[in-house]
Amino acid sequence: MSEIKLVDARDTFCPGPLMELITHMKQASVGDTLELLSTDEGSGADVPEWVNKVGHEILSNEKIEGVWHIKVRKAK
Amino acid sequence: MAQKINIVCVTGTREKLQMAAMFASVAAATGDEVTVFLSMNALTYFVKGRSAAAPAEGELGELLISEKGVPPFKTLFQQAVELGDAKLLPCSMALDLMKITKEDLDSELGPPTGLTRFLSDAEGGQLLTF
Repeated sequence: MSEIKLVDARDTFCPGPLMELITHMKQASVGDTLELLSTDEGSGADVPEWVNKVGHEILSNEKIEGVWHIKVRKAK
Repeated sequence: MAQKINIVCVTGTREKLQMAAMFASVAAATGDEVTVFLSMNALTYFVKGRSAAAPAEGELGELLISEKGVPPFKTLFQQAVELGDAKLLPCSMALDLMKITKEDLDSELGPPTGLTRFLSDAEGGQLLTF
């Protein structure tokens, strides 16, 4: 079981958090889990949209005290 | 499914360059085939040694400039190239007008391109103009 890699993109505006996640996804290995932190309100809907479109897996998506925590597994 | 997306940037204001760069980076990183054609006042920001501080058209542009955490449009265009193989193509006519060559442009820009070439490459794809 690999540890979760944290991608802290708080306080950046769209598409900053998504581009941060994509940059880290490119560097990750298949099976790795990344957790994106974002304060951009659109991230909660738009990041899962990208993840599903590209074919990775959303493990969880929740807003805790104003911060989106989106866990994604690299599937390919 | 991957689409072909062609983005034409001609206006040199912050809002338009930002929006074009957002589309380019997100589409390229999603696997779409992205070509950005840069001409008129939008091209000047890609000339080496020139400022990338595009002026705002209005309220939203002012916010883009004043808020911390807005990714600069040139960074987004670079990410479109690096993460999604987007092509950034300078207009050959604009280079002629400015009396400069490809060597005077940022290294991520592709070959100077004329309209005939761009139109045939763009055939069948979506076209967004800024």
